[in-house]
Amino acid sequence: MDRSAVIERLKAIVGGAYVSDAAEELYIYSRDQGVQDPHLPDWVAMPASTGEVASILELASREKIPVVPMGGGLVLSGLSVPLRGGIVLDMKRMNRILEVNEHSHYAVVEAGTSQGMLDAYLRKHHPGLKHSLPDAPPAATIAGNIAIHGSGHLSQSEGGFHSEMVTGLEVVLSTGEVVKLGSCSTVPAWFSRAPLPDLVGLFLGWNGTTGVITKVGIKLFPRPKFHDVLVYMTEDIDLAPMVLNRVIATSMAEDINYALAPKPDYLNGFQMTVINYTANSEDELIFKRKKLRSVLQDLYETRQSGFMPIPPHMKAGFLEAPQKALSKFADVRKGGGFEYVGAIMPIERIPDACRAGMEITERHAITYSLGARIIGRGSCAMFFFAYPFNRVDKGEVERVKEALEETNETALRLGGIPWKTEVQGQRLILERMDPATKGLMRRIRGVLDPQGIMNPGNWEVT
Amino acid sequence: MVCHAESVPPWEMFRWEGGGFMASLRFDPEICLACESVDCIMKCQYIHMDLARAKEEHDRLTRGEMSSILKDCVTCYACEEYCPSGNHPFYHIVELQERLGIHPVPIPIEKSQVVMMGPRGKIREMELKSPLINMCFFDMMKGGIRGSLFEGATTFGGSDVFCNLMFLHFARNSTIKERLPRMIDNIMHCAVEPSGTREVICYHDECYGTYTSWARAFGVEVPFTPVHLFEFLKRRLMELRDGIRPLNVKVAYQRPCSNRLCPETDSLVDDIFALIGAERPKRTYEYGNALCCGGVPEAAQRFDLVDDIRARNVADMKAAGAQYCVFNCPFCFWTLAEPVAKAGIFPVMMSDLCLLALGE
Repeated sequence: MDRSAVIERLKAIVGGAYVSDAAEELYIYSRDQGVQDPHLPDWVAMPASTGEVASILELASREKIPVVPMGGGLVLSGLSVPLRGGIVLDMKRMNRILEVNEHSHYAVVEAGTSQGMLDAYLRKHHPGLKHSLPDAPPAATIAGNIAIHGSGHLSQSEGGFHSEMVTGLEVVLSTGEVVKLGSCSTVPAWFSRAPLPDLVGLFLGWNGTTGVITKVGIKLFPRPKFHDVLVYMTEDIDLAPMVLNRVIATSMAEDINYALAPKPDYLNGFQMTVINYTANSEDELIFKRKKLRSVLQDLYETRQSGFMPIPPHMKAGFLEAPQKALSKFADVRKGGGFEYVGAIMPIERIPDACRAGMEITERHAITYSLGARIIGRGSCAMFFFAYPFNRVDKGEVERVKEALEETNETALRLGGIPWKTEVQGQRLILERMDPATKGLMRRIRGVLDPQGIMNPGNWEVT
Repeated sequence: MVCHAESVPPWEMFRWEGGGFMASLRFDPEICLACESVDCIMKCQYIHMDLARAKEEHDRLTRGEMSSILKDCVTCYACEEYCPSGNHPFYHIVELQERLGIHPVPIPIEKSQVVMMGPRGKIREMELKSPLINMCFFDMMKGGIRGSLFEGATTFGGSDVFCNLMFLHFARNSTIKERLPRMIDNIMHCAVEPSGTREVICYHDECYGTYTSWARAFGVEVPFTPVHLFEFLKRRLMELRDGIRPLNVKVAYQRPCSNRLCPETDSLVDDIFALIGAERPKRTYEYGNALCCGGVPEAAQRFDLVDDIRARNVADMKAAGAQYCVFNCPFCFWTLAEPVAKAGIFPVMMSDLCLLALGE
């Protein structure tokens, strides 16, 4: 089938207004805000339903056209950049919130539903419930985030990565078949993945190489009325595991983040552990505050660390979810460039990761923000090495690229695993992966994507 | 700049290592050694001991030795007011804390504050005119400088004109000594001289206390005339007397720590209240017995004390029937406004309370 026939067929599926091969639109879909090289797609299509996704995949499978699913396009590491051309499947039209179950605490959303949409919807219609928000811009999608094992402001207290909060999926396979996974496959409700054989994992963390997620069941959590924050300041990086573990052990912190950065200058050289906690009454809030403070009392009595006083105008920023400070930091160098290596790693490696990040950025003459979000009541941390850059400054772009590659290697050396990493980082992971695991990945990929059309270039097991 | 070093015992000598000036506290140990009442300790709201023990600790302090007072002090400034001889017991405590390496506030917070509040060197000569209001570090509060009360007023503020007196809470007199001459110079050349006035109205008690108390105690010359905000408000209210509609409300006054350095201005609160028709209800924690807002003890990680003094303070306001709680210090406001409001008392800055009486 020639190019003109493909676009005509795509138009027939999604409507003429929702497919394009115009150069200016392909340009936009050829890149993200990171430093990965751009690659032009051949077509961009915006389906409005699962049926349209299935029809596109049938076409792609028949014609052996690569398909790259895309949510908010904010992943930064080029995972929705079409490395081998083909069709970029922009899911943003599929943005309906299909169900909110107030009793069983889950929502079912279409794959293009953004974090901001679900948050706003819940605040308006179900004010007693919330979902875990990543510190991404609100345009990031629910499906995109769970597919990359994202984490957010309830990851510490409510069960870990957002992928672990998935109660069910609807997925379109490369052949165009539509499958339901979790309780929704058997009964008309999306409450759980258990007790069935868990197939959801076949589509999480695979970077769109096994199928296209079209619907997600996601856990919701109570939204307590009271919310406050404590910020613990240290000057010794090696204190981090102790401080974090003591706070985690209270079981009273909703979200725990650790951060250090050279800017603003009054925070240079210090580390902040930001502890958000919530309660259903003022008495409960006070009780939690006292408990959280008490576990660090012997430390602050030495005067080597302590809780920062936070005036109200500063406190509002710490209470935000998502944190606007991160978005502001992303533009600190101006010029629209921002990259980071997120590495999932054990909490005890945080001090070494901080030192390594500072050493790498100093050597490459770039700026940084380093930090970690605690996941799953302390089972691990998502450590971030964030590097903003000026896209116009080619020298700086190159330095950031080199720093990223080095940071990926460093994260692995430290016992962590780079998160949602670009192709080069995926290769580094695969080099270290158990051969039997790689073999299983290859076989699964062969079953689910026999034509090799699903986001090719990613997770390529050779 | 005049530096006074006479009558200063050796342990009180201080030299700024950056060179340039030496500022030594005008503290006479003989006065303290002869003191029988030891009011500086006996009247303290936060340290409780009998007279014999107080004299013992007091003598240690006078000799420049380690004392439990140095660790237990909440740095509320009140002993500056309590001393019947004006011998600067609080400044002496701060000098000793610094010399003996005592950190009332955790070191990272102290260091961070030193950088955060430090001069940026960005000040330039400004187009200002009288009345000239020094906002101290609280430039963000200049929205409160409005209405007929402040008609024609111009303001300046920020880190390049910041008095730095807050570092008394951090046992860092050295930071004040290092920075204050530059701040005074900035104020003179960039604000006072261009405005054609010598009067600088101090928005915050910290500035007024710096220029009328700390500077004198350390022999630092102040080449302009500091005016307390309450003095200015009183003047303006008298000029605008015909437009005042008495508020007829009971108002508790949250006296800030730095007002202890200028206790003579406390009576101005009564004068202002009389002008605007506000009643200052009789309270336990008022005038010399005023309680700290709790902000500084919080930075010092003394959380139980903070809870205690805030609860007592607010309960006392409530028991006195206060409908409003008036503040002059923005930091006190930030710290105490929420618990005050939760008690059903309306928190308000003094200038806004005056504007209310003017119907603005």
